[in-house]
Amino acid sequence: MRAARVQFGGIVRQVSLSFVPEAELGDYVMVHVGFAISRVDSLEAERTYKLLEEMGALETELPPAEE
Amino acid sequence: MKYLDEYRDQRIARALASEITQRTTRPWVLMEICGGQTHTIMRYGLDELLPRGIELVHGPGCPVCVTPLETVDKAIALAGLPDVILVSYGDMLRVPGSSSDLLRAKALGADVRIAYSPTEAVKIARLTPDRKIVFLAIGFETTAPANAMAAWQAKREGLTNFSMLVSHVLVPPAIRALLLSSTNRVQGFIAPGHVCTVVGCKDYENLVRDFRIPIVVGGFEPVDILEAVLMLVRQLETGEAKLENQYARSVSYKGNVTAQEIMAEVFEVADQKWRGIGPIPQSGLRLRAEYASYDANRVFDLEEFSVDEPAECISAQVLQGLKKPTDCPAFGRRCTPENPLGAPMVSSEGACAAYYHYRRHAAAT
Repeated sequence: MRAARVQFGGIVRQVSLSFVPEAELGDYVMVHVGFAISRVDSLEAERTYKLLEEMGALETELPPAEE
Repeated sequence: MKYLDEYRDQRIARALASEITQRTTRPWVLMEICGGQTHTIMRYGLDELLPRGIELVHGPGCPVCVTPLETVDKAIALAGLPDVILVSYGDMLRVPGSSSDLLRAKALGADVRIAYSPTEAVKIARLTPDRKIVFLAIGFETTAPANAMAAWQAKREGLTNFSMLVSHVLVPPAIRALLLSSTNRVQGFIAPGHVCTVVGCKDYENLVRDFRIPIVVGGFEPVDILEAVLMLVRQLETGEAKLENQYARSVSYKGNVTAQEIMAEVFEVADQKWRGIGPIPQSGLRLRAEYASYDANRVFDLEEFSVDEPAECISAQVLQGLKKPTDCPAFGRRCTPENPLGAPMVSSEGACAAYYHYRRHAAAT
């Protein structure tokens, strides 16, 4: 069974690549109960984010977030 | 962390909420299916960012919560056998059966072990040939390929001391049952992104077609959920009903075909009882005949039986989005994560637990 070391924030875990055999070194993967179930599509992730960021940038007059 | 921090950006969350407010002219009832999404909503207070007209109701997508009481009772009974090691996901240990739970059984001497991954259960079987290992294989489609892999591995290795107590549920038949119910109020769904990562989008497209209801496949971070709400509101306000994929960074239309193949090799679709909801036709998975020797029901000759839910627990209505956890008189009083009456108060994906962790102070005032 092909496996990989996957970093989650600060922790590193051994993860099975049985369902994502195409994963390569440096990829971001979605992991569930020790199995990678998808390779995060970096283009899609960045595209969505850029779209969202543009929306955010248009809203500069919004009050700062309270916390 | 990359691809996480961006999706927790408050500035973007607020911009999305403001866009949703501008687009909303009428009240809409939306349901997020997955308990992971419910927790994000509560944790970040997303419902409070939304305009008053948008109501988010929480769906049945908590695997631990819908595992039948009878399965929990069976697991407790098996764990009590002297030669059995019962292996379970950690979330199941505090889930109340009809008179006890696995954690109590463990305290009384049963050998109950927690696994992070089903392959750990197979490993225990391999290393402990003189004991019978039973893996409590519960979950939605997200977990099914991994659980299937455990049975597949055990069969390939010829292990004779490994079996699984299976309780697997499927999301689309549950959505169908909700939509067919006379009490349904839901006008749009956020479909569970990780389930769709595995099985793809086709079944959801069928639901959109059959019920003319908007469905958006959504992720789990605050920005994901708000964007999914915005996509639903846009459709509802313009009278559209289509399937959209907000979570395209993980979900493809076809899903993970490799994972689907192992699922289909080991499991077949069957009728399934959902805790709190009841039986839903063709809404679960069971082991195929070729894997019958790995079925704990058969190995231990377990009889089928039926027990009643505790009367005080309203989890049935909570799981169907008919009531909020805080509508329950026992919430935070007789029922807490330490002493739960029902499963949704236990699980990290349960709606009652989400309200308890993030809202109980608000509810008390």
